[in-house]
Amino acid sequence: MADSAHAHAHDEAHDHHPTAKTYLWTALFLTIVTIVEVSAYYYKPWEESAIYVPSMIFLSAVKFAVVAAVYMHLKYDHKLFRNLFVGPLVIAVLTLIGLLFLFGKAAISLATPA
Amino acid sequence: MATTVAAPSYAPPRTQAAEAKGGIWSWIATTDHKKIGVLYLFTALFFFIFGGLEAAVIRAQLAAPNQSLVSAELYNQLFTMHGTTMVFLAIMPLSAAFFNFLIPLQIGARDVAFPRLNAFSYWVYLLGGLFITAPIFFGLAPDGGWFGYAPLTTRQYSPGLNIDFWVLGLQILGISSLAAGFNFITTIINLRAPGMTLMRMPMFTWMSFVVQFLVVLAFPVITVALVFLQFDRFFGTNFYTLSAGADPLLWQHLFWIFGHPEVYILILPAFGLVSEVIPTFSRKPLFGYSVMVYSGILIGFLGFGVWAHHMFSVGMGPIADTVFGLTTMLIAIPTGVKIFNWMSTMWGGALKFTTPMLFSIGLVSMFTIGGLSGVSHSSPPADLQQTDTYYVVAHFHYVLFGGSIMGIFAGIYHYFPKMFGRLMDERLGKWHFWINLVGMNLTFGPMHFSGLLGMPRRIYTYDANQGWDLFNMMSSVGTAIIIVATLIFVWNFFASLRRGPVAGRDPWGASTLEWSIPSPPPAYNFAELPTVTSRYPLWDLTEGDLTKEHHEAPEARDRRIPTAKELGIPMPADTAKPALAALGLTVMVGGMFLKHVNMTVFLAVVGTGAVVFVGALYAWLTSPLEEAH
Amino acid sequence: MTATAMPAGTGAAHGGDAHAHGHHYTTTGLDNRKIAIWALIGSECMLFASLISTYLIYKGKSLVGPYPHEAWTDPATGTVYNPILNIPVTSFSTFVLLMSSLAMVLAHNAVVNKGKPRTGFWQKLEGNSVFWLVATALLGTVFLMCQAYEFTSFVHEGLKLGTNLFSSSFYTLTGFHGAHVAAGVLWLWTLAFIDLKRGLGPADGISVDICALYWHFVDVVWIAIFVLLYLIK
Repeated sequence: MADSAHAHAHDEAHDHHPTAKTYLWTALFLTIVTIVEVSAYYYKPWEESAIYVPSMIFLSAVKFAVVAAVYMHLKYDHKLFRNLFVGPLVIAVLTLIGLLFLFGKAAISLATPA
Repeated sequence: MATTVAAPSYAPPRTQAAEAKGGIWSWIATTDHKKIGVLYLFTALFFFIFGGLEAAVIRAQLAAPNQSLVSAELYNQLFTMHGTTMVFLAIMPLSAAFFNFLIPLQIGARDVAFPRLNAFSYWVYLLGGLFITAPIFFGLAPDGGWFGYAPLTTRQYSPGLNIDFWVLGLQILGISSLAAGFNFITTIINLRAPGMTLMRMPMFTWMSFVVQFLVVLAFPVITVALVFLQFDRFFGTNFYTLSAGADPLLWQHLFWIFGHPEVYILILPAFGLVSEVIPTFSRKPLFGYSVMVYSGILIGFLGFGVWAHHMFSVGMGPIADTVFGLTTMLIAIPTGVKIFNWMSTMWGGALKFTTPMLFSIGLVSMFTIGGLSGVSHSSPPADLQQTDTYYVVAHFHYVLFGGSIMGIFAGIYHYFPKMFGRLMDERLGKWHFWINLVGMNLTFGPMHFSGLLGMPRRIYTYDANQGWDLFNMMSSVGTAIIIVATLIFVWNFFASLRRGPVAGRDPWGASTLEWSIPSPPPAYNFAELPTVTSRYPLWDLTEGDLTKEHHEAPEARDRRIPTAKELGIPMPADTAKPALAALGLTVMVGGMFLKHVNMTVFLAVVGTGAVVFVGALYAWLTSPLEEAH
Repeated sequence: MTATAMPAGTGAAHGGDAHAHGHHYTTTGLDNRKIAIWALIGSECMLFASLISTYLIYKGKSLVGPYPHEAWTDPATGTVYNPILNIPVTSFSTFVLLMSSLAMVLAHNAVVNKGKPRTGFWQKLEGNSVFWLVATALLGTVFLMCQAYEFTSFVHEGLKLGTNLFSSSFYTLTGFHGAHVAAGVLWLWTLAFIDLKRGLGPADGISVDICALYWHFVDVVWIAIFVLLYLIK
C-alpha cells in the first residue's frame, strides 16, 4: 500500500541541485541583461526604432524565464510545478493580448461605423 | 479489474451521533471537512430560500401590468440581491458543501490538505454572506444588478451605500472561494489514495478539480475590477470616470472575463454529481469516462475565451463579434458531448428511477433546453434581439435552475444518507421533483416568448396589451408552484434528519470509495487508506451482480466504530482561530463602508478588524495542526 | 496563508512517508504547501495580468497630465510638468530587487545545507542563513523605500491618486506590487527572527522554499512592470 508512495518520493526529479556558484552566475547574467535594457532606453537610435518594443519584451521574457527556471527551481523540480505555473501563465498572457486587441486602436477603427 | 473494499466494523449512526455531539463550540472550532460541508449545506440552503423569496416578490410584482407592490428602487434591490444571492451565496456554496464533504471521501483521504484554511473559507462565506444580505432590511441593498456595471455603479450615478456593500461584500466572498480553490487543488493533486490515478478519480472529483482552477484564475480578475470600483468610490481614482477619459467598456470586459468562467463554476459540479448518480441507478459504468474528463477540461479552458458574448450589443466591431461568436459556438461541442454520454450511460442499463435519478434526468433534459437557447445567443445578429430581454432570463434559469439546482438536488438526495446516516423519504422526494419540474417550466418557459416579444429585463412594471400579460401571469403562477415544491423538500429534509430510516453504508449499491465507509463516516474517514485498482472500486465489472456487498448483514451495523485515538490516527485539533480570523477580515474589509458615514468610526472599526485578523492569523500560523501524539 | 516555519515533522517534509494509518501520506511525494504556493502564483498571474492590461489600455489616454514620459503644460495655470517617471532611481530599485532574489536563493541554500562542514570565510558566509535572510529582507526594505520615495515625490510634483487615468492605473498597479513586497518582507523578517531564535535547518527547507518562491514571483512581476511601464514610452 505504501509502495507507490515511496516510488513517488524517490522519483522527485532533482537532476542536479544548483550550487551557490550557479546562483551567482545567474545573478550576473540578470544584471547584465538589466544593464542592456536600461542602456537601450537611453540609446536613442534603438529606443526610437521599431525593434525597440519587441526587443524589450524579449529581454524581460528571458529574465522572467531564467528566474523561473533557476531561482524558482522549475528546471530542477518535479514537472507538476512547471505545469501548475505555465498553464495559468498562458491563460494570463492570452487574456492580456485579447484585451489589448479589444481596446487597441485597430479595435476602435473597426468598431466605428464607416 | 475491480477490487471491493471489505466493510470494517462500525457502529450504528445513533451511537455515533451521541458521541459526536459537542455543542455549538464543536461546530465553530471544527476543522473536519465533513462538518464544514454540513455547515455549507445548511447555510447555502438558507440563502437559497432567501434568494427565492426575493424572486417571489419580483414575480408577485410582475404578475400583472402596472402593479405597485414594490417601488422601482426596491425592485432594483430585489433583482440585484436575487442574482447575487443565488450565484454567490446559494449555488457556489451548495457546490462547496459537496466539495468539502465528498472530495476527501472519494479520493480516499482523511481530510483536505489544509483543514484550518478550509474552516476559514466557510466562516468568511457565512460572515460575508450576512454582510451583503443585511442591508436589504434597511432598504440599502445593492441595486446595480448582480453584474454591477460601471459607470452606473460609480459614486456619480450610485451615491448611496448600496454599491459599497456590494463591492466590499463580494471582495470578502472572493477570499473564501480563492482559499478553498488552493485547498482543493492541493488536496486532489496530493492526497489521493494509493492507486488512484487521475483517470481513476470519480467524475465529481474531476469536475470539481477543473472548477477549482477556474476559481483561482477567474476570481483575481473580478477582484481587480472590484478594486478599481472600490478605489473610484473610496479614494477618487478614475478607472470608470468617463469625464477623465475612462473607457465605458473596461468594467464589462473585466467582469465578464470572470463572469463567464463563473457560469462554468456554477454548472460543472452539478455535472459531476449527475455523473455519479446516473451510473449508479443505471447499474452501468459511465459511458465514455475519458471523453467526459477531457470535455470538462476543454470547457474550462475554452470558458476563458468566450466572455465578450455577453457584450454583443456594445459595438465591439465585426471582428471581435465574429471571434467570440465562433468560440461560443465551439464551446457547445464539449458540453453537448456530455449530454450524449449521460444518455448512453442510461441506454441498456437496469434503470431505477429514484429521486436522485429523476433529478439527474431532469438536469440532462432541462440543461439541454437551456443550452439550445444559449446556442441561439452565440450568433451576434440573433443575440442583438435577445439581449437584455426575458429570453436571456429564460436561458440562464433553465441552465441554472434546471441545470445546477437540479443537479444539486440530485446530489442532496443521493448523499443525504452518507452525510446524516438516514434516508430521505422517497415519496416526498418524487413529489418534490415533479411539482418542481412543472413549476420550473411554467415559470421560465413563457419567458422565451415574452422575451422575443420584446419584454426588457430589469423593469419593475410594464404596460398592458403588449403581448406579455399572459406569459407573466404564467411565470408568477409557476413561481408559486416552485414554492410548494421547495416546501415539500424542506419538510422532507428536516423530518428525515430526525426520523428518516437508518441508512447503511451503501444504500444505493454505488461504486465509489465514499460508499465503503459508514454513514455518517467516522472522523478519520478510513481506518486504513484504501488501495485503488479501478474506477469503480466497489463494483465487480467482470461478472454477475455488480455490487458484491450490496446488502449489509444486520450484525455489521451494530459493531462499534473505533475512535481515532484507538486506531492511533492523529487528528487535527479543533480550533476557533480560523473563525476568529474570518471575523477580523470581515470587519476590516466590510467596515470600509463607514468611510462614507463617519471617519472616526471608520478608522476604529477597520483598525480593530485588522488587529483581530492579523492577531488570529499569527496565532493560527504559529500553532501546530495536530494534537500532540 | 499556510506558510510558517512550523515545528519539523508537521508537514510532509519527508514526502512519501506512509505509515499504516497514512500519516502524512502524499500521492506525489511532494509537500502540500509547495503545491499550494505554485497554485497561488498561477492565480496571481491573472491578478497582475488584469492590472497590467488596464495600465496598457489606458496608456496615452489620460486627458490631463502629468504624463509618464512626456512633458505637459497645464492649460489652466501654465505650469510645466516634466515627465514624471524617474528612470535612474527605478533602475536602481530594480537592481536592488534583483539582488534580493539572489540573497533569497542563497538563504534557502544555506538553510537546506545547514550542518555541512565549512572552512574559510567565503564558505562560512555562504552557509550563514541569518545573514542571507536579513540581506533579502533589507534589500526588499530598500526597494520599498525607493517606492515610497517615488510615490511621495510624484505626489509632490502634482501626480495624485485621482489626477488622471495614468495616476489611477500606475499607483494601483505598483501599489499592489508594493503591498506584495511588503508582505514578503514581513515574512522574511519573521523567518530571520526564527533563525536567530532557534535556528533553521534542513527540516525547515520547505518553509523557506515557499517564502522564496513567493519572493521570486514578486521579483518576476516587477521585471514585467519595469519594462512595460518605465522603459517603453
